Amino acid sequence: MGQKTLEFAVGRNPEMGVSGRPTASPLAPFDIAEPEFDTQKMLINIGPQHPATHGVLRLVCELDGETVLSVVPHIGFLHSSFEKLGEYRTWNQIVPLTDRMDYLAPLIYNCAYVMSVEKLMGIEVTERCKVVRVICMELDRIFGHLLWLGTTAIDVGAFTPFLYAFQQREKIYTLHEALTGARITTSATRVGGMMADLPTGWIEALVDFLDKFPKTLGEIDHLLTTNQIHIGRTQGIGAISRTDAINYGLTGPNLRATGVDYDVRKDRPYYDYETYDFDVPVGEHGDCYDRYLCRMEEMRQSVRILRQAIARLPGGPINVADPNISLPSKTDCMSDMESMIHHFKLITEGIKAPEGDCYYAVEGSKGELGMYIVAEEGSTKPVRWRVRPPSFVNLSVIAKLAEGHLVSDLIMINASLDIVLGEIDR
Amino acid sequence: MKPGTPGGLDAVETGPLPSDAPTRTVAPQSATPSDHPSVAALVARFGDAIRRHRVSAGDQTVVWIDPAKNLEVLRWLKDDPTQLYDMMSDVTGVDYGTGTVDVVYQMFSTMHKRALRVRCELPVSALEIDSVAGLWHSADWLEREVYDLFGVTFRGHPDPRRILMPDDYAEGHPLRKDFPLRGRFSRAEQTRRALAQDVERFYTPTDLQHGGPPQEVLASGHGAPGESGGAA
Repeated sequence: MGQKTLEFAVGRNPEMGVSGRPTASPLAPFDIAEPEFDTQKMLINIGPQHPATHGVLRLVCELDGETVLSVVPHIGFLHSSFEKLGEYRTWNQIVPLTDRMDYLAPLIYNCAYVMSVEKLMGIEVTERCKVVRVICMELDRIFGHLLWLGTTAIDVGAFTPFLYAFQQREKIYTLHEALTGARITTSATRVGGMMADLPTGWIEALVDFLDKFPKTLGEIDHLLTTNQIHIGRTQGIGAISRTDAINYGLTGPNLRATGVDYDVRKDRPYYDYETYDFDVPVGEHGDCYDRYLCRMEEMRQSVRILRQAIARLPGGPINVADPNISLPSKTDCMSDMESMIHHFKLITEGIKAPEGDCYYAVEGSKGELGMYIVAEEGSTKPVRWRVRPPSFVNLSVIAKLAEGHLVSDLIMINASLDIVLGEIDR
Repeated sequence: MKPGTPGGLDAVETGPLPSDAPTRTVAPQSATPSDHPSVAALVARFGDAIRRHRVSAGDQTVVWIDPAKNLEVLRWLKDDPTQLYDMMSDVTGVDYGTGTVDVVYQMFSTMHKRALRVRCELPVSALEIDSVAGLWHSADWLEREVYDLFGVTFRGHPDPRRILMPDDYAEGHPLRKDFPLRGRFSRAEQTRRALAQDVERFYTPTDLQHGGPPQEVLASGHGAPGESGGAA
């Protein structure tokens, strides 16, 4: 296992705090005596139709003045019953449902789902497929973090990072489109491989993106990391301790910002992640600022992984050769009787699973993304398909984080958790 | 497909029927017993409360425990220094359509870097189990979801409301196998109910009551049709 801790080397601000991170100079003296008023508790409603909730999330807040006394989140407005729908679909037909859950990083969901099915069925995918999926997942980690970065910066009043981030996302959209034909609803994977191999020139386009992206990321870094307003709005806001974070089931950057180095890629490695050279950034204070730093560093680490994956991308087939799993090529279908029969059987019946259950977790852009699949002997559809959505568990901590903060900080805390309601409500 | 099984759109209305697979009264014992260190410790400490265990999907250990003792066993797994499963990754349910609903706990120990899956088999006639939300806060919302979608009641849960479906959802628990894909009510009835909702009702101080009395629809038999003035 590689080196795991990573110090944040910001190094541009002479006024470093004790922990090595920049601090804000006090904006105003705090010792003004506040007059005593008779206050009345107030109940306000935020959302579900409100841009600051980052989706159709509804927060009912009890306020004393501007201070949040309690928050009750209401979810389910986007409930689409994906898990129930999955019970009526064959293994490959479920893939399009998965990218509609986390439409901010769809390829990770595509990959996680088929990886779980393959684990259950005991299918070993080809080496090329493994590396291609690593590329897909790391690219979409950047994709998801960029959206978080842009929208969160807007929530604290910084508009420029949003434009910079979305310009970069647009380039990843173009890569998605070249790879899968779709920009958001990628549905790129199939059990036993991918929908298609990488198109000609795609790796070159990816390398071009990787060459230019770190510069833009550095510019956003300059705009935010030592920005006094950004620091003042994020440091010490929504902090949580290590033990609490684990107990609340936080995963991903939200957990690592507290100092716990749990990363599925390192702790339960899949697809040879242990052979890639990358660091897992961890924070110290568990507040909004550390979550920001963790995600910024994760994007840089993803660029590192992507470069290594491109360097080791092997040739060979992308789908497994088993005719009971992978569709034959169109040419074979039209010219070879046996291939046509295999095609017919696969389309009409689907792949048959062994009896058992399987929980497979990958490190999604929001945290531990688990797919739990239950099958009966020979079933072509899941008995139960459960998605362990990282945002769902991460959001459940918001009531604890927001208590005692101001309403404007609640907006920042909500943004810093990086939620996507598509996977929370499913 | 069995003869007489509805197909096409009729199947959508009836929902999946019980499968042809034999009823799981006999434990599906795995040929290879699990060498997971927690399993031996569990069997040594709790004896009969550990019903059976197996290896699934190659290397994943599953342990079935006595639902009556889930709190005791899980508390030990969380606190014992040799186990320390401090992260409750997931709580979910599985309905096989054969009269049992399993509650499934996915646990992970950040100390020992070990994962363990614990399952409790509940008869569909008595879906009740102790809540573990007091041990892991993450179980709070996850158990609410299992209640919402499967109808499992968690004893001692701090906030036993529905979470994904609306509070006044009267059609039952959607992920149960006896729940048709299109819901229990007709489209017309579903539309009528949606339009008849008083949106202002959801903006009252009662929304802030943690663990307050469950809403009237839930109080009367989990909103099965016929009860609670369901299908009008």
